[in-house]
Amino acid sequence: MKRLNDYLTGLAVDGLISAAVQSDASLHFDLSFAEVEAAILELGLCPARYQRNRQTISCAGQLALLRSCVVVIGCGGLGGYVIEELARLGVGRIAAVDPDVFEEHNLNRQLLCTLGNLGQDKVTAAARRVAEINPAVTLVPLRTAFGTANSRELLAGASVVVDALDNIATRFELVAGCRELGIPLVHGAIAGWYGQVATQGAGEDISPFLSRAGAGTKGVETRLGNPSFTPALVASLQVAEACKVMLSQGSTASGRMLLCNLLDLEFEEIRL
Amino acid sequence: MQVTVKLFASFRTGRTPIEICDYPAGTAVADVVARLGIPVADLGIMLVNHRHVHLDRELADGDILAIFPLLGGG
Repeated sequence: MKRLNDYLTGLAVDGLISAAVQSDASLHFDLSFAEVEAAILELGLCPARYQRNRQTISCAGQLALLRSCVVVIGCGGLGGYVIEELARLGVGRIAAVDPDVFEEHNLNRQLLCTLGNLGQDKVTAAARRVAEINPAVTLVPLRTAFGTANSRELLAGASVVVDALDNIATRFELVAGCRELGIPLVHGAIAGWYGQVATQGAGEDISPFLSRAGAGTKGVETRLGNPSFTPALVASLQVAEACKVMLSQGSTASGRMLLCNLLDLEFEEIRL
Repeated sequence: MQVTVKLFASFRTGRTPIEICDYPAGTAVADVVARLGIPVADLGIMLVNHRHVHLDRELADGDILAIFPLLGGG
């Protein structure tokens, strides 16, 4: 370890370690890219890719993110952006859960969907994308549908769970599953110009925010559709919430829900 | 009795976003929703004076009723 630390310290420039040096160290010392990243951050140095994070996230915070695991339930409109931002943020382990393959109508908004991968697994596309962006991040692709039956198995060990589902019935199961394990959950949902975000801390219950008068499992998105900008906005809010949970910083949306109306550019906050 | 009805998001399309309306005593949230022509399946959060309520909640003079659509997409 001392040899690795000397190697890294010797090649740091202004406290930064380039990706090339990190990669060489990985080969030279027979460690994974993520293990070298942990060593860099433990030395109080910073992988150069995170240099624009530094004023917002300390080396200790960056290390906390590297050691965190986020489970993303759904890899569609919200999930694609969520996974992209978590990977660039430097979250060490992301589990992506989705049973579906890409279809042409996903192209208008789903970041991971391309003309070239229509018909392919969403979770495999997520793994490929993350590998291209940040080799310190492990993306675990889980091609399965979340539900009460596999909730414990899928969520156990998560630092935080992100709700990127596309139906309300399963969201209630996710809320219950997170409550049972005491894992924080960041909820997001979209329809047309409109979106919402809420964070359920351990011991809390955001079910009232998901209340519905009818028995349907879909909302007004069935008529309004989903354009490109709403999932990008709501996913970004969700990642900011997840980041604060992982860093124990700032104030999350705990106990409140933010409703976004992009058509009139109005933001409303309601409480449990 | 007078009730302030505040509509949000897609419920504003073709309707007045905020309106003070006269209703007979005993009017419930469900009656207001029916008069506005909002399908029950589209209903999400409903608040009376910032507290979560169901369709059967009877309204009182001076209440503020806020109605949000159900968003389920991801």
